[in-house]
Amino acid sequence: MARTALPGRLGERLRWRVATLAAHRDETAGARTLVLDVPAWPGHLPGQHMDVRLTAEDGYSTQRGYSLASAPGAERIELTVQQVDGGEVSPYLVAGMALGDQVEVRGPVGGWFVWRPESTEPVLLVGGGVGLVPLMSMIRTRRAEGSAAPFRLVYSVRAPADRLYLPELLDGTGTPTAVVHTRSAPEGSARPPSRLRAEDLTVHGWPAEQAPTCYVCGPTGFVEHAAGRLVALGHAPERIRTERFGPTGG
Amino acid sequence: MPVISRGFHGRKQTNQDRLPPGQYEVRDFPVLSAGPTPMVSTDDWEFTVVAESGTRRRWSWADLMALPSEQPTVDLHCVTKWSKFDTRWEGVSLDRLLEGVETTAAYALVHSYGGYTTNLPLEDLRHGRAWIAYRYDGADLSPEHGGPARLLVPHLYLWKSAKWVRGIELLAEDRPGFWEGAGYHSYGDPWREQRYRGD
Amino acid sequence: MSQTSVPTTTAGRPAPQPAYLDGNALAGPLSDVFAVDLTTAATHCTGCGAEGPLADLRLYGRAPGLVARCPSCDQVVLRLVRTPDHAWLDLRGTATLRIRVPAD
Repeated sequence: MARTALPGRLGERLRWRVATLAAHRDETAGARTLVLDVPAWPGHLPGQHMDVRLTAEDGYSTQRGYSLASAPGAERIELTVQQVDGGEVSPYLVAGMALGDQVEVRGPVGGWFVWRPESTEPVLLVGGGVGLVPLMSMIRTRRAEGSAAPFRLVYSVRAPADRLYLPELLDGTGTPTAVVHTRSAPEGSARPPSRLRAEDLTVHGWPAEQAPTCYVCGPTGFVEHAAGRLVALGHAPERIRTERFGPTGG
Repeated sequence: MPVISRGFHGRKQTNQDRLPPGQYEVRDFPVLSAGPTPMVSTDDWEFTVVAESGTRRRWSWADLMALPSEQPTVDLHCVTKWSKFDTRWEGVSLDRLLEGVETTAAYALVHSYGGYTTNLPLEDLRHGRAWIAYRYDGADLSPEHGGPARLLVPHLYLWKSAKWVRGIELLAEDRPGFWEGAGYHSYGDPWREQRYRGD
Repeated sequence: MSQTSVPTTTAGRPAPQPAYLDGNALAGPLSDVFAVDLTTAATHCTGCGAEGPLADLRLYGRAPGLVARCPSCDQVVLRLVRTPDHAWLDLRGTATLRIRVPAD
């Protein structure tokens, strides 16, 4: 059973820890999963994120937040980073960082956008692009814990080549998954490419009467749009949790 | 002592003598904002100077356009550590706008559409050191960079160059603006690295 | 309708895309100051009275500091500035901050 990873009392502040790149996996042409060794990692809840700090030799330092992709309980943690055009940090993490290289991490943090493995109510996950990352942590945790909580995922990408976590996403998660394409759909696809529609959520999601907890993650525009559709379909706003990603410098 | 990430270069430093302490040069023009971008039409735009007596002088967009303009080329220094050299602007000098405003006030509080404020000594708006700028790099100033018009006072950190400027209040006593009230330095001289209160 | 309409200015140019994130991204910076997670804390906007978790505030982070605004009325609820040796936290935009404290 994963530890709670949410300190509840004033006491020791989170400190920066050294993380060493132990392995990596290309997910798509522009996204890579980093597998990091972090000594004394306290564990995390699915949905939480970390701040990652990089310091150059001249002392210049910057940081970015990344969601944990892995389920808790493993020795190592995983992040999935999408390259941002003209970004400052993502090109290093996606292509420059080599095995043995180090960054500093602060985390896990975030108590809102989390799924607790002991919950049993239905869950609807709605991810846009790299917004899938924290949702994947939830999906992997559910599977690892043997949870019977009903999960469904609706995943919006521009084109099939942008799908993360293949083949696991379609074969190995145990969570029914529908992929919707916004710019170009596979040959013979019944659904023409378009932004996420209410119909995608009713066909592939849970009806509002089932009162699922909804987790929506992705770029701000996507989150506003998807959350708006869920509310319009009758999902209670207090059962919709959102996390917005965006360029904070790249 | 932070751990070094091998191979991470971040921003490169060049032109060291033109850089105030702690700054690095950028070639792009980062957009920083504390809120949604105000969308102000030039049909509705007004700029008002309010003296400590309460006397107001107001300019419409047409009034501003009718004034002689200048085309300063200046370096910009943002407190978030980036500097951009040789930026080209067009605008009306504050000396011209303050002409004929009767005041003994020592301080100014600058107000922007959207609610942003920043404060500085009135002297720092005079003597050819400040403009209401409406063109950048040969084109109309875009909303994300403060258009239709922004204050430009480049000898101080860029947070003093209030975007979407709408007016200036002249005050006998200094009053902290948006960032000055939240830990930033009241004056903000990049050459003395006055970033935070107490520096 | 597959596309929501893009707001335009009176001149017809499209307004910029949302440039904010949300209060989830405050979790790390606030952990410099507090060991308790505050993203689940309930805020109460002094401008319009809207209540909600800190995580739902609109976060503008590309600035000299972090600015979190009410998602209903855009009023500044919270400001966080980090200097080398201080964290300035301005909460004047929320009447209260309700923080869940686990029972002993």
